[in-house]
Amino acid sequence: MILARIVGTVVATRKDPRLVSNKLLIARPMDPHGKAEGSYLVAVDTVDAGVGETVLIVSGSSARMASGMKDCPVDAAIVGIIDTIDVAAGD
Amino acid sequence: MQLAKVIGDVVVTRKDENLTGVTLLVLQPIAADGSRIGRTLVAVDAVGAGVGEIVFFVRGKEASFPFHPTEVPADAGIVGIVDHWDLG
Repeated sequence: MILARIVGTVVATRKDPRLVSNKLLIARPMDPHGKAEGSYLVAVDTVDAGVGETVLIVSGSSARMASGMKDCPVDAAIVGIIDTIDVAAGD
Repeated sequence: MQLAKVIGDVVVTRKDENLTGVTLLVLQPIAADGSRIGRTLVAVDAVGAGVGEIVFFVRGKEASFPFHPTEVPADAGIVGIVDHWDLG
């Protein structure tokens, strides 16, 4: 899984029927220190996250194991809202 | 599988119900010589690893297999703690 910060929302009227009523958010991956890395991605939200929050994103076919995502055409799902990240000194 | 060092942990209160009770750790993948390679990631822990330990982990849907039959939504999972390794 990756850590990411939510930076925006996506509105899509015309989409796969299995995506109807799912919230889509734009996320910017980050390292454990909060530094942005990599490119933006669109993830389906299963935990009611919002812009500005730090979240946990599961990618690939595992994204379909998120709550309510069975058989949905998704490859990134937000499965948790981060409270704290503790990194060992020096790492 | 890939070698990694556990460098931290993550606290997540609001999460997918199937992640309840599952430990989430921050991993830094390492090369055979111990040097850091690639980006850090968050993995579920199936073996009781801790910060500072060298572990090996799987990527993909297999990460959730140790928790079967619970379908843990994970794409990376620690499946072993390395005691030592040798290069021939």
